[in-house]
Amino acid sequence: MDRSHLQRQLTTMRMSLFDQGYLDEQFLELEDLQDDANPNFVEEIVTSYYNDSTRFIRSIGLALDNKPLDFGKLDQYMHQFKGSSSSIGAKKVKKECTQFQEYCSAGNAEGCSRTFQQVKQEHATLRRKLETYFQLARQIA
Amino acid sequence: MARTVWRESPKKLEVSDRSSAELHVLAVDDSLVDRRVIERLLKISSCKVTAVESGSRALQYLGLDGNKDSIGFQDLKVNLIMTDYSMPGMTGYELLKKIKTSSTLSKIPVVIMSSENIMARIDRCLEEGAEDFLLKPVKLSDVKRLKDFILKGEETVEEKVTTHKRKLTDGHDASPESPSSSIEYDPSSPSPSAPKRPRL
Repeated sequence: MDRSHLQRQLTTMRMSLFDQGYLDEQFLELEDLQDDANPNFVEEIVTSYYNDSTRFIRSIGLALDNKPLDFGKLDQYMHQFKGSSSSIGAKKVKKECTQFQEYCSAGNAEGCSRTFQQVKQEHATLRRKLETYFQLARQIA
Repeated sequence: MARTVWRESPKKLEVSDRSSAELHVLAVDDSLVDRRVIERLLKISSCKVTAVESGSRALQYLGLDGNKDSIGFQDLKVNLIMTDYSMPGMTGYELLKKIKTSSTLSKIPVVIMSSENIMARIDRCLEEGAEDFLLKPVKLSDVKRLKDFILKGEETVEEKVTTHKRKLTDGHDASPESPSSSIEYDPSSPSPSAPKRPRL
């Protein structure tokens, strides 16, 4: 595959990540912080995010196993997780986090558990998509 | 061997400390991702950055933890503190209060960052002396605006100190010989997202 083909692929991939709502403008802000001296900044931040967020996912999972649920703690964990997700522009993940927090406020255990599955799913989906994206970007660079 | 402890004589502002208008910012955030992003934002804006993960580490760095031999003590003056609001342990608000009630550090501008746009929270922070309240995620434009604002203030402080020093050494009132810096501090300078403009 020649380079221009790969470049087109990359552009299409990038556009669809935004069009399909996986990423928001915060990702663009991060891209603006990349330069020749820091060419992999976005990928580094995303890697950092996934290393960090695994911890939150685990804590929330454990907390959800502790009945009766401590909604205050759950909300706190989710608040932190949502913050990081927001910092990388993870739009769908953020949306599920907000939903989760709403269920926490309402004291809805079933809603929390259900939404948590959604959070994990979006989190994993985005990871796969971004891994593919960065891999392709590195091929072209 | 004694080191120069600037905080014991805060008025000893050497012009060379400012190293050509480069601000030294202390960033406080418990999130690693956010620390890395703010660090990058600041470096791209030509600021020196020290990023710490908690209010207590920040106080340690600033030398406010009561331990005169703090490992974290640095010779570099901090020109601005940017702190997250929601942090485990000491919140950004509590850190703000500690800094603003400190005799040595109260003049350092403090900016609060938060992902939540809560009016009561913003008001509380501004009332406690926060210079600004930024909504996360913080953007490059936020940092630029902040930097410009702080630099203007720093210039003003430096002029005042130079004048004061001259008065002390001359032993009488002397008007500054140097042309006053062309940068005027304008308290009403426009800043769209800053809720209030407090005095500097």
